[in-house]
Amino acid sequence: MILFDYARRNIRLHWFRSFLAVIGIVIGVVAISSMGVLGNSLVLSVSESLTTVGDTIVVYPQSGGGPMGGGGTTALRITPRQVDEITRSVGTNIVIPVHTGADRVIVGSENRAASLYGMDPADIPEILDLEDGIFLRSTTGAMAGKRLAEEFDLNVGSTVRIGEDGERVRIVGILKERGIGFDINPDYALVVSDRWFESTYGEEGYNLVVVKVQNLEEIDSVTTAIEDALNRRTDVVTVLDTRMVLQTILDAFNSISTFTTAIGGISLIVAGVSILNVMMMSVTERTREIGIIRSIGAKRREVMRIFLYEALVLGLIGSGIGGVLSFGGAYLAVSVMLQSTTYLFVPSSLVYILYGMLFGIGTSLLSGLYPAWRAANLNPIEALRHD
Amino acid sequence: MEKGVNSTGEGGNPLIRLDSVTKVYPLPAGDVTAIDRLSLEVERGDFVAVMGVSGSGKSTLLNLIGCLDVPTSGDLYLNGVNIRDLADDPLTELRRDTIGFVFQQFNLIPLLTAYENVEFPLILAQGGNGGPVREEIVNRCRAVLASVGLDESLATHKPSELSGGQQQRVAIARALVNDPDILLCDEPTGNLDTRTGTTIMELLAQMNRGGKTIIMVTHDPRVAGYARRRIELVDGRLA
Ligand SMILES: Nc1ncnc2c1ncn2[C@@H]1O[C@H](COP(=O)(O)OP(=O)(O)O)[C@@H](O)[C@H]1O
Ligand SMILES: [Mg+2]
Repeated sequence: MILFDYARRNIRLHWFRSFLAVIGIVIGVVAISSMGVLGNSLVLSVSESLTTVGDTIVVYPQSGGGPMGGGGTTALRITPRQVDEITRSVGTNIVIPVHTGADRVIVGSENRAASLYGMDPADIPEILDLEDGIFLRSTTGAMAGKRLAEEFDLNVGSTVRIGEDGERVRIVGILKERGIGFDINPDYALVVSDRWFESTYGEEGYNLVVVKVQNLEEIDSVTTAIEDALNRRTDVVTVLDTRMVLQTILDAFNSISTFTTAIGGISLIVAGVSILNVMMMSVTERTREIGIIRSIGAKRREVMRIFLYEALVLGLIGSGIGGVLSFGGAYLAVSVMLQSTTYLFVPSSLVYILYGMLFGIGTSLLSGLYPAWRAANLNPIEALRHD
Repeated sequence: MEKGVNSTGEGGNPLIRLDSVTKVYPLPAGDVTAIDRLSLEVERGDFVAVMGVSGSGKSTLLNLIGCLDVPTSGDLYLNGVNIRDLADDPLTELRRDTIGFVFQQFNLIPLLTAYENVEFPLILAQGGNGGPVREEIVNRCRAVLASVGLDESLATHKPSELSGGQQQRVAIARALVNDPDILLCDEPTGNLDTRTGTTIMELLAQMNRGGKTIIMVTHDPRVAGYARRRIELVDGRLA
């Protein structure tokens, strides 16, 4: 098609300034697409987690002290007495108090930091699944999260040292990979017995209490029951159910994504302005050519089409490059934010790359509209006299 | 509109008729009357040389006849149709289908090859895409390029790679490709040496013998000698 070829050749003639104009489109497309893909991956993984741990309530000690301001500096823990109160308030639902910490884990010459969870061995099967070996039964011994086991090459029967001068502990079982959890994240952790944890690190109470609700409908009433039992005069615990945690994560993501999308939007605006600029230059430089084209019988809308094709080609180039780079951008964003790229290549994620590209093309066409209109409405005679 | 046919029948009207046409260019320094109450008739098949000093309104007259501009007052009829009544699109169609322009500076599109320059008006006439009638377009362009004596091997050259005479041949081919009734030539030999100018004039004379009506601006009397009829403009009027 000659009109299209003609536009394409003009871009090639002025490839450098066209290239500069296209960069903004590329950035905008990448920002918008990556955010879209990340958002979708997040929603998908969060909703998957929701189905697996949707029945969970987590009780944390209230941070920041109460309004009475009494015991400000004591380490925040949930006391065994408070655990009892929780147990009484939740009826038949399962209450799992958890110690959390971190320490060096040493296997042979490998020495790295890892999370530690201390739980009553009887509770462990309630919230974790076994991949290999057996569940912890006694005070000594530990279970390893899947990722940690891979990192250290641990098998059932391996021994690890916990702490630089700490005890050697035998791994009795490997846990199934669990993904991001709202209660605990055992994938890169060791799970030990509460007794062992307390004798090693001291008895200061629990860092959190997980409540497994058997009937999902009861989530709200159980949450309220815990609140009522513990936060009588001042707020001493924070009670989160999974939906609230989800909401917090989604809120955080929304503000990040609003920010990034705004950057994408701004770079598209900048790109639009620079494309407008390049196109106006093109119209001015080719005024005489426009006169010629009109003299040989091109209608206004045909002149307009030539210039819109030019904008379209710029948009296609920018969006094409941007689309390709978006895979990289999205991969980066998703692996940093979610540590898993499971949901990167599903259609509902990839469609955001398409949206990003359409935005890029749209911006370019929109910017080309005014220059094209100008070109189309030049007076043919004056255009022909131009040099 | 159908070529060569009009409501009053063949021969009833001259091909071109100007009735007291005035063209005023409004300028900040004052209006310029480029064409002043000019009346003129040109019959089908005529070859008119328009002469006159620089600034006498020759190009303006050609542009008016070529529907690139409309008169400030007075009436201009092409094939009996008053162009005053036409909007921009029909005027453009008229220009595309019944008029061919040849300019002093050749005015080829630099980014397109010789062949593509010739093809352009034809594709515009086909509605913008070469699609189903591709072969016809190619044949037509080849034939026209051959009729103006352009070597076939030059068809893929850009205008900048052609000599002045070759460029003007391409420009004439482009003007002829939609088989117009009228060729409007504004100093077609003005940028050519005498010998090349002569070959171009012989080409135009040949087109005129083949039935094209030609109006040509020149101030070279020898070039004007190729015309059947001469008119002279002085300050936008016939001398
Ligand atoms: N587009 C225009 N705008 C303003 N003035 C013009 C324009 N075209 C021509 N003129 C003026 O009209 C007069 C006739 O110009 P033109 O038709 O180009 O004469 P010629 O072709 O005989 O040299 C001149 O005074 C010229 O300056
Ligand atoms: Mg002139």
